Amino acid sequence: MDTLDATAIARIQFGLNIGFHILFPAITIALGWILVGFRVQYARTGNPEWLATYQRWTKVFALSFAMGVVTGIVMSFQFGTNWPGYMNKVGNIAGPLLAYEVLTAFFLEATFLGVMLFGMRRVPGWVHLLATVLVAVGTTISAFWILALNSWMHTPAGHVIADGELIAGNWWEVIFNPSFPYRLTHMLLASGLTAAFLVAGLSAWRLLKAADDTAAKKTLRTGVLIAFVLAPVQIFMGDLHGLNTLEHQPAKIAAVEALWQTEHGAPLVLFAIPNEATRTNDFAIEIPKGASLILRHDRDAEIKGIEAFAPNTPPVAPVFFAFRVMVGVGMLMLLVSAVGTWRLRGNRTPPRWLLWIFAGFTFSGWVATLAGWLVTEIGRQPWLVTGVLRTADAVGAVSEAKLGASLTGYIITYSIMLIAYVVVLTHLAGSGSTKAPVGPGSITAEGLL
Amino acid sequence: MTLDLPLIFTGLMGLAILAYVVLDGYDLGVGMLMPAADENEHNVMVASIGPFWDANETWLVLGVGILLVAFPVAHGVILGALYLPTVAMLIGLMFRGAAFEFRIKAEGWHRELWNWLFWFGSFLASFAQGIMLARYITGFHSGFGYFIFSIIVGGALCGSYVLLGATWLIIKTDGLLQKKALAWAKWGLIWTTLAIAVVSVVTPLVSETVRHKWFDFPHTLALMLLPAASTAIIAYVGITLRRLSRGSSTQEWIPFAGSVAMFALAFAGLAYSLFPYIVIDRLTIWEAAAHPSSLKFVLVGVLVVVPLIILYTAFSYRVFWGKARAGLYE
Repeated sequence: MDTLDATAIARIQFGLNIGFHILFPAITIALGWILVGFRVQYARTGNPEWLATYQRWTKVFALSFAMGVVTGIVMSFQFGTNWPGYMNKVGNIAGPLLAYEVLTAFFLEATFLGVMLFGMRRVPGWVHLLATVLVAVGTTISAFWILALNSWMHTPAGHVIADGELIAGNWWEVIFNPSFPYRLTHMLLASGLTAAFLVAGLSAWRLLKAADDTAAKKTLRTGVLIAFVLAPVQIFMGDLHGLNTLEHQPAKIAAVEALWQTEHGAPLVLFAIPNEATRTNDFAIEIPKGASLILRHDRDAEIKGIEAFAPNTPPVAPVFFAFRVMVGVGMLMLLVSAVGTWRLRGNRTPPRWLLWIFAGFTFSGWVATLAGWLVTEIGRQPWLVTGVLRTADAVGAVSEAKLGASLTGYIITYSIMLIAYVVVLTHLAGSGSTKAPVGPGSITAEGLL
Repeated sequence: MTLDLPLIFTGLMGLAILAYVVLDGYDLGVGMLMPAADENEHNVMVASIGPFWDANETWLVLGVGILLVAFPVAHGVILGALYLPTVAMLIGLMFRGAAFEFRIKAEGWHRELWNWLFWFGSFLASFAQGIMLARYITGFHSGFGYFIFSIIVGGALCGSYVLLGATWLIIKTDGLLQKKALAWAKWGLIWTTLAIAVVSVVTPLVSETVRHKWFDFPHTLALMLLPAASTAIIAYVGITLRRLSRGSSTQEWIPFAGSVAMFALAFAGLAYSLFPYIVIDRLTIWEAAAHPSSLKFVLVGVLVVVPLIILYTAFSYRVFWGKARAGLYE
């Protein structure tokens, strides 16, 4: 392979940053609401076990949130450092959406996180509960704006072109662009599943070390139940999202299906190795007419192949494989959560093999989320904004040497942080709390120290 | 009446950046002071900034966000030219942000490592911000003299943040740690004084544009109010620090307020030097401005939301009023 050009390094770098960043919002968006649930349970019952549970999981939340903040700051700078062409061309649309995220969400979550983490003994209980709710609201609003921008890049709408720049003609149409409702719902559900499996997984780790931890039993059940409810909804939503993509970004679907030529009665390719050189699939295992049936609900319907979109075609193999990883992990998550729900029915004690399975699935949400993200982002190539701006036209003039040096810096930083994150999380799960939890508004000897 | 939107957004961006420099400045300063304290003091120091640092850093995102929204072309030019110090700052901020969470959950040498990374990240981010400032006000010129100037401003900004951090600790601590903070603040004050003097003298020397603006005779007299006011504040802060170290316990907030005022004055001086450029000698704020439709859309949000942000920020400072204590959240 030749040396990488600046566009390639800039893409790898940005992809790495977003890929690393997305891991943490994927947890916090839904975990914020799970915390609200724990906090409400404590307020309702007064049971100190719920309080201990809440406090244990606020630590996980705080850690994930901090990682999301610092990696998010990196992204806000990289729009300018790596993609000046993006800001020049669509800055009038992207800028305001990002600004609204900071204004309406970021300050809200960052400020009330302080109250939520450190203020339990300083504010009345209801204020503390409200702070917890506001943090969850903040993370959700944040997702709303980011997904609005991302969706707009996939299915741009509501803009007009003036002097070669895009400006918004109708902000409502910009925000509620054709793929936005599907993409937002898909992401929120993905976060729900990621957080649910994290909660279940870390609780399972805890129970493997201390089988009598009744609080961990509660959180295991919570995680498993949430996953079991959300998994089928997500599969249904994913299907709707796919149909929406077929309508607006058919080239992406052609890559997902590894369908090179336009066909009537296109097959569903279960497995293959897509071959870009020969434009065929090697070692293909197919269900005849399957793709037409799933996508058009008609065995003989026409599905457009990659060829139909040349030269604006995404790379096929990464999209094809990433899609299968996402769907495969999603199906396993459904299966595992169903088995878990069955085995835990009526407050039964979980068998050790089940605990090991859930422990193994702790970070399964990350795998599915990252795979799904690769499908959608690589599937949009060669466009940065579909039909409007090519990725290659947005790259800046930063030299390859500088990009390479900073890429190395980022890789080292992210590796250290990711390892530390996983180690600390499993450590938190394994270690038991010896201190009695302290309720809101009450001053104790410890609080006065 | 038509609104001068680029001017309004320049003002907003200036306020966001000033808010960032003051707010994250004190917590970065506390981070840089870590090696001068012992283990128990570390916990008190981190506890004094723990509830606030997330929101403090948000002002940086807002500042960059406004640059991106209001002046998209300048966003690319500035951040492209400041690429490496920007990356260094970001890596510093990442280590530091992660260290906040990791250090209290780690034990033994792990904790030591995260303490060290917390210090290092604070220092790297502060120093890189100084370099960015120097490169920005000198129009991104390269050469040995500019390089030396960048290093000096990098160090100077660290010193100024240490002053903010130390004067913050005077408010938030007591006993032996407060005594230490008073000593740190004295050093910080000397550093900051030198820093302001060096930047004020060197900037007109390296930039003709700045020189013209400051030494344009009738204006010069009015402008001399800025250094005069700075000198008066520095003297007053110095006197207060001495009084406090002799055991007076009133007026603990004066050194911090005085430091903030110094930052505001220095900032006003810089703003005067640069205006109306967003990229000095190259791009004015009107040339770089985004389309009015975008600016109006964001302005509505700013007018509605920023008062709310100020309200709940004030609420959060009210909740955590008083001296910091170690171990509130472990």
